[in-house]
Amino acid sequence: MIDKVLFYFFAGLAVVSAILVVTRRNAVHSAIFLITALLATAGIFLQLRAEFLFIVQIILYVGGIMVLFIFVIMLVNLDVALHQVQFNRQTWVAGILALALGAQVALAFRLVQKNPQGSEILRLPRGSAAQLAPNTELVGRTLFQNYMLPFEIASILLLVAMIGAVVMAKRKV
Amino acid sequence: MIPTSHYLFLSLALFIIGVIGVLTRRNVIIILMSIELILNAVNINLVAFSRHLGQVDGQIFAIFVITDAAAEAAVGLGIIIAFFRNRETVLADEMDILKW
Repeated sequence: MIDKVLFYFFAGLAVVSAILVVTRRNAVHSAIFLITALLATAGIFLQLRAEFLFIVQIILYVGGIMVLFIFVIMLVNLDVALHQVQFNRQTWVAGILALALGAQVALAFRLVQKNPQGSEILRLPRGSAAQLAPNTELVGRTLFQNYMLPFEIASILLLVAMIGAVVMAKRKV
Repeated sequence: MIPTSHYLFLSLALFIIGVIGVLTRRNVIIILMSIELILNAVNINLVAFSRHLGQVDGQIFAIFVITDAAAEAAVGLGIIIAFFRNRETVLADEMDILKW
């Protein structure tokens, strides 16, 4: 019961603040609502028993990336941007694309439900959540044993991104 | 226990909202924020399937996605600052030349 309440609360919060992110005129308001959406997603991670990702989401997304966003919003001047037109004339393209994406997934669900053979193909073995119990320990073990090489590549990616950001933001490019 | 399909629908909704944001906004910073929304939707999918299968691999992939999002935000915002310094604009449809 409490699981259901938490899921629907966080899901509703995430969807509503995501809609506000793309519709607000002021970039700072968008950033604040994006923080709300990311925190709601962190709540959904916790509800899915992914405690490590919950903490990573808050520290890295809300504490790191969003601070960077707000810094940049305040570096580029706001007053001029507020008087400009904020939406372009592609709204109908976006609407059609959104409908196509939704229809595609709805069709996939429909086909799986109708066709017993299809549902046989897509029916995945269901594990229990208890298998993920010591979550942080399990994530650490898997990360440093099975995914060692991707982990190192990710660290090189971060180094490249750091150098790239410094070079791009320098006064003389 | 909430069925996995509900998580998939939540993820789909966030993904579509992000796509609409990327396609309709003119401000590059808000386009980047919409991309963060899209990556977030993917993360919900990965973690939902991680719980569904009882395996931790999905969460590892979500960590890699978050790493990519951090790198993308750092470089993207650096480019925006460099562009703003030269052209005094953050609107995507005014960024139409390679050299000035």
